[in-house]
Amino acid sequence: MRILRAIFGHSSGRIGGVIVGVYITVAMLAMLGLTPHNPITQYRVDRLHAPNGVYWMGTDLFGRDVASRLMAGIGQSFTVAFFSVAFAALAGTVLGLAAAWLGRRWDGAVMRIMDVLLAFPAILLALLIVTVAGPGTWTSVVAIGIVYTPIFTRVVRGPALSLKAREFVDAARTFGSSSGYIVTRHLLLNLVAPLTVQVTLALAWSLLTEAGLSFLGLGTQPPAASLGLMLSDSRNLMETAPWLMIFPGLTIMISILGFNLLGDALRDILDPKMRRAPA
Amino acid sequence: MNYLMRRLATFPLVLLGVSILVFVAIRMVPGDSITAMLGTEAGLLTPAQRDSLAAYFGTDQPWFVQYWRWIGGILHGNLGISVTYGRPVLDVILERFPLTLELAVLSMVIALAAGMPAGIYAATHNEKLSDLGVRIAAMIGQSTPSFVLGLLIIYTLSAGFGVLPAMGEFAPLWQDPLRNLSQLILPAITLGFAFAASVTRISRSAMLDVLSDDYVRTARSKGASARSVIWRHALPNALIPVVTLSGIEFGYLLGGAVIVEQIYALPGLGRMVLDAIQQRDYALVQGSVLFIALNFMIVNLLVDLAYVALDPRIRLGES
Repeated sequence: MRILRAIFGHSSGRIGGVIVGVYITVAMLAMLGLTPHNPITQYRVDRLHAPNGVYWMGTDLFGRDVASRLMAGIGQSFTVAFFSVAFAALAGTVLGLAAAWLGRRWDGAVMRIMDVLLAFPAILLALLIVTVAGPGTWTSVVAIGIVYTPIFTRVVRGPALSLKAREFVDAARTFGSSSGYIVTRHLLLNLVAPLTVQVTLALAWSLLTEAGLSFLGLGTQPPAASLGLMLSDSRNLMETAPWLMIFPGLTIMISILGFNLLGDALRDILDPKMRRAPA
Repeated sequence: MNYLMRRLATFPLVLLGVSILVFVAIRMVPGDSITAMLGTEAGLLTPAQRDSLAAYFGTDQPWFVQYWRWIGGILHGNLGISVTYGRPVLDVILERFPLTLELAVLSMVIALAAGMPAGIYAATHNEKLSDLGVRIAAMIGQSTPSFVLGLLIIYTLSAGFGVLPAMGEFAPLWQDPLRNLSQLILPAITLGFAFAASVTRISRSAMLDVLSDDYVRTARSKGASARSVIWRHALPNALIPVVTLSGIEFGYLLGGAVIVEQIYALPGLGRMVLDAIQQRDYALVQGSVLFIALNFMIVNLLVDLAYVALDPRIRLGES
């Protein structure tokens, strides 16, 4: 709870926290089916309606309610973002700790594999994985998860290496603590702060990548709603129905903004060294 | 020198990894390249015709033979033949690369030209209202996906001014520089916007860091003018993080900007790879991914070497 108070005491943390909170609430409402209309029902008589009292954000080419589809899209994007970041954070932490603790050949092998993954531009690697496995929610999760694993591995390995050389780790060894105990208790617990910051920022990138993949038609498949797909579909109707572009565009932007603000605030709060120069 | 050699020595290893990964991955995509190339006409092929096509592109061999041939070819500068273009892969890549390179350079120029002055200005006006303004703008900029900005630009131009971005046949820089620039400026702004925001943020925080260093205080106390302190004393050191960030971002841009190329209908590297993946054009996917990875590694190495040039205190490879 102390961390929550600290976030709300930080100006960008407050804004970021509220944005993220609102999005999570909307995502949960959508997943419970509590949208103003059914997101995939086509109200054919009301096609391309401008925003009004019934359809708050208008309707699309098929007469589907844009507000409901946005809510469903947020649910979709957040599901992919959370699971893919959880994947990347878990895999990256395990690999980074293993590389740092086991050292030598393990370290070399793990880091070379990460170099290989990092040599791919993120979106291309994700594209390749999605094409191999066929588009869909869980494919996006795995693809985005793999893309961001190397970043977590690096975030964990560096500090873990320097922690490993510290006296308290030597002391724990001489007391006879097991490797497992030292790695989880002394290394991992000391890495919680940088990991928290990284997770928050990774959620922003992951939302961006998910929207990018579905924009290219390789994410969530129609008729299910997704923010990237809605934006991509809006291109041909831009002049007649600008609301089809503006609402999903702003929705994506503000969600990324929220996580970026929150990540910045967490970095200021958790990393005292950075406090001198909040970026 | 030693460091350079050791870094270069890791290149073949990483490239080998990339080559295996992409080789295996693209072969796991369901469907075969001949059907993907010919579409419905593939049904008209006799088995003999299909076999001879497969033999021509080498896809009739077991995978390890294909891989071996491919690697052997690369060592002789031959990346294979693209199934979709019917031409050598290297030619296809080199035809697309100038656009991607130009777009990356333009975006970086925009990002540095807008981001560095903004960041330095904010740092020297720390905690003032103008600093807050720059920070808010940079935060919003960094959170704007390129595809959202791209569509907003196109919409504003067409709805507000009744003009559309210059599309159509792409004009290479050396043939029609004006037309080329008019085609690339909007995509470059689209890509450069978030990039500029990152540059602003990093140059602001680097500058703030440096400005509180002892040597800057010394320079101030010996009576150096504010201008000289900022430009001569602080800036060179504040540049290091900016170089890192721009270098990495530039390296990624050299891999093609799939989405922005798609929005502005530009024939760049990114869209070519996307199409190649969807067409199961094995040779083209493999060749271009390898090409992109190599570029990325070279740019990263250059960034590391630039550290030493900017800060003689840094000795690479000794940590």
